[in-house]
Amino acid sequence: MSAHYPIFLVVAPLMAALVIAIIARERPGLCPPLAAIALTASLWSAAGMLCRVLAEGPFSYHIGNWPPPMGIAYEVDHLNALVLVAMAAVALINLITTRQAVASDFTGREGYFYALYLLFCAGTFGILVTGDAFNLYVLLEITSISGYALVGLGHRDAALASLNYVFMGTIGASLYLLGVGYLYLITGTLNMADIFSILPRLFGSKVVVAAFVIAMTGLFMKMALFPLHGWLPNAYSEAASPVRSLIAPLTTKTMIYVMVRLGLYVFPPDFTFNHLLFAKVVVWVAAAGIVCASVLALSQTSLRRMLAYVLIAEVGYMVGGFWLGNRMAITGAILHIVNDAAMTLCVFLAVGSFTHQLRDDRFATLKGCFRRMPWTMVVLATAGLSMIGVPPTCGFFSKWYLIGGALTADHWGLVAALIFSSLVNAVLFFRVFEIAYYEPFADPHQEHRPALSYAEAPATMLAPMLFTAAGLVGLGLLTGRIVTHIIDAAIPAAIL
Amino acid sequence: MTTAGYINLIIAKYNYWIYIVLMCIGLWAMIAKRNLIKKIIGMNILQTAIILFYVSIATKKGATLPILGHHDAGHFVDYATVINPLPHVLMLTAIVVSVATLGVALALAMKIYNRYDTLEEDEIHARVRES
Repeated sequence: MSAHYPIFLVVAPLMAALVIAIIARERPGLCPPLAAIALTASLWSAAGMLCRVLAEGPFSYHIGNWPPPMGIAYEVDHLNALVLVAMAAVALINLITTRQAVASDFTGREGYFYALYLLFCAGTFGILVTGDAFNLYVLLEITSISGYALVGLGHRDAALASLNYVFMGTIGASLYLLGVGYLYLITGTLNMADIFSILPRLFGSKVVVAAFVIAMTGLFMKMALFPLHGWLPNAYSEAASPVRSLIAPLTTKTMIYVMVRLGLYVFPPDFTFNHLLFAKVVVWVAAAGIVCASVLALSQTSLRRMLAYVLIAEVGYMVGGFWLGNRMAITGAILHIVNDAAMTLCVFLAVGSFTHQLRDDRFATLKGCFRRMPWTMVVLATAGLSMIGVPPTCGFFSKWYLIGGALTADHWGLVAALIFSSLVNAVLFFRVFEIAYYEPFADPHQEHRPALSYAEAPATMLAPMLFTAAGLVGLGLLTGRIVTHIIDAAIPAAIL
Repeated sequence: MTTAGYINLIIAKYNYWIYIVLMCIGLWAMIAKRNLIKKIIGMNILQTAIILFYVSIATKKGATLPILGHHDAGHFVDYATVINPLPHVLMLTAIVVSVATLGVALALAMKIYNRYDTLEEDEIHARVRES
C-alpha cells in the first residue's frame, strides 16, 4: 500500500467526488463523512510520503508502470512532501470546520458542493505531486474549473466575480500551456526531470527564454501577483465562506509552489536567477506589489476584502523572496508557503464564523465582538499577530528568513517593502481589535453598557479553529526542525 | 534583414504567425469587448490558437499518419515518414479542458443574465453600483 501513496493521494478524493456526485440527491447525509474519509486518506498518504522522503530521500512513482520520460511520473521530494502535508491538512480542517456553514449556505445542494470540493482538492494534490509539465496543466485546469464553479455558487455578485476569474485564470493557464509547448518544441519531452537534464545544453536558445517568460507570466496571473491580481479581491469576497476558506489558502500557494518547482527543478537555477534580467525585475515588481496591496488593504471596509488585499501582499513576499535567488530567501519563501496557508486558513475560518453567526463581517458589525464571540476573536487575534509577524507565531519566522535573505542580497527595496507591509498589517489588525474590544462605547453619563447578545459559534466549529490557531504557534516553534530537516534538502545544493 | 528575408520569415513560419494572430484576436476580444458572450468567444479563440500551435509543431513535410499496418509489424519505422502523434494526443485533453471551461463560463453568463437582465458589462456595473 505505502508504495502507492502518490497515486492514492489523488485518486481517493477523485473517486469520492464521483461517488458523492452520484449519491448527492438520494443520500445527502452520507456526503460529508465520505468527503472527510477521502481527505483523511489523502492526508495519511501525504504524511506517509513525507516520512518516507525523510527516511529514504526522494522517490518517484510510475503511473501504470510506464517508465518516464514516456510515461507520467509522480515525483515526491522534500519540497512537495512538505507542501502536500500542509495543503491536505488545510483541506481536511476546513471541511470539518465548515460543516454547519455548508449545511446552511447550500441547503439541498450540499452533495454537489462536496463533489466540487473534492475535485478541487484532487487537482491541487495532483499539481503538487506530478513530475510531468503537461499533466500539471491538466490538473491545474481541474482545480481551476472546480474553483470557478465553487466561487460561482455564492450569492449576490458571485457569478460576475467568478466569470472574471474564469477570464483571468484561462489566460494564465493558456500562457502556461504555451510555455510548456515551447519547452516541448525545443527539448522533445514533457517530463520535468528530463527537461532539466536537457536544458543546460540549450542556454543560448531564444525558444527557452520565450518558454520561461511565457510560463512564468501565466503563473503570475494565476497566483494574483500585483498588478495581475484583478480577479482575486472580488472572487474571494463574493464566494461563500466555506469556499473562501478553501480556495484562499490553496490556490495562490499552490501556484507559488509551481513557480518554485519550475524555477529550481525544470529550469536550472543558474538560468532562472542569473541568465536573464527577469529575476531582478520580478523582485522589484513584487516589492511594489507588496506596498500597493498593503495600501489598498487600508481602504477596505469589510474584514474579508481587507484580508484579500493582505493575501495579495503575501504573494508578493513569496515571489520576491524566491526570485532573490539566495538560500536564505528561498528558505523563507518555501516556509512561507506552509505558514501562509495555515495563517490564511485561520483568518478566513474566523471570518466564516462571523458570517455564520452575525451574517456579516463589515467592521461596523464587529463592534463588541470580544464579548459576543470571545473564542473566535482569540483565533482571529492569533492569526492577525502571525500575519503581522509577532513571535512565537509562524509568520514571524518566515518573515525573518525573507528579510534576512533580502539583506544578504543587499536588496533594500524588498526589505523596506516587507517592513512597511508588516507595519501596515499591524495597523490593519489592531484597528479590527480596537473596534471589537472597545466599541460600542459605554455612555459616560448614564454608566450603562449597551446590551450585547452572546453569539459564539458552536463548539464543532470552534474546536478545529482553535486547533488551527494553536497550530500557528506550533508551526512557529517547529520552524528550526522544518528548515534543517526538510527545506534545506528541498533547495538544490548549488544555491548558496 | 532584406525584404526577401522578411517575406521568407513570414512564409516559412506561417503556422506560428497564424497562431499569434488568432491569439491576439482572442485577447483583444477578451479585453476590448463589452459583451460577456463576446468575451467568452474571445477566450475560446485564445485556447484554440494554442491548440493550433501544438498541432502545427507535430507535422513533417511529406510524412504520413502514424498508423502501422500489418506489413510494418516488427520492422524498423523511419520517424521522418510519420508525423509526431504526441501533440495531437495532448490537444485532445486540451480540447476537453476548453469545452469544460466554455461550459462553466456560459453557465455563469446565464446566472449573470438571470440576475441583471443584461450581458453588457457597462449595464451590469451600473446595476452593481445601484444595489
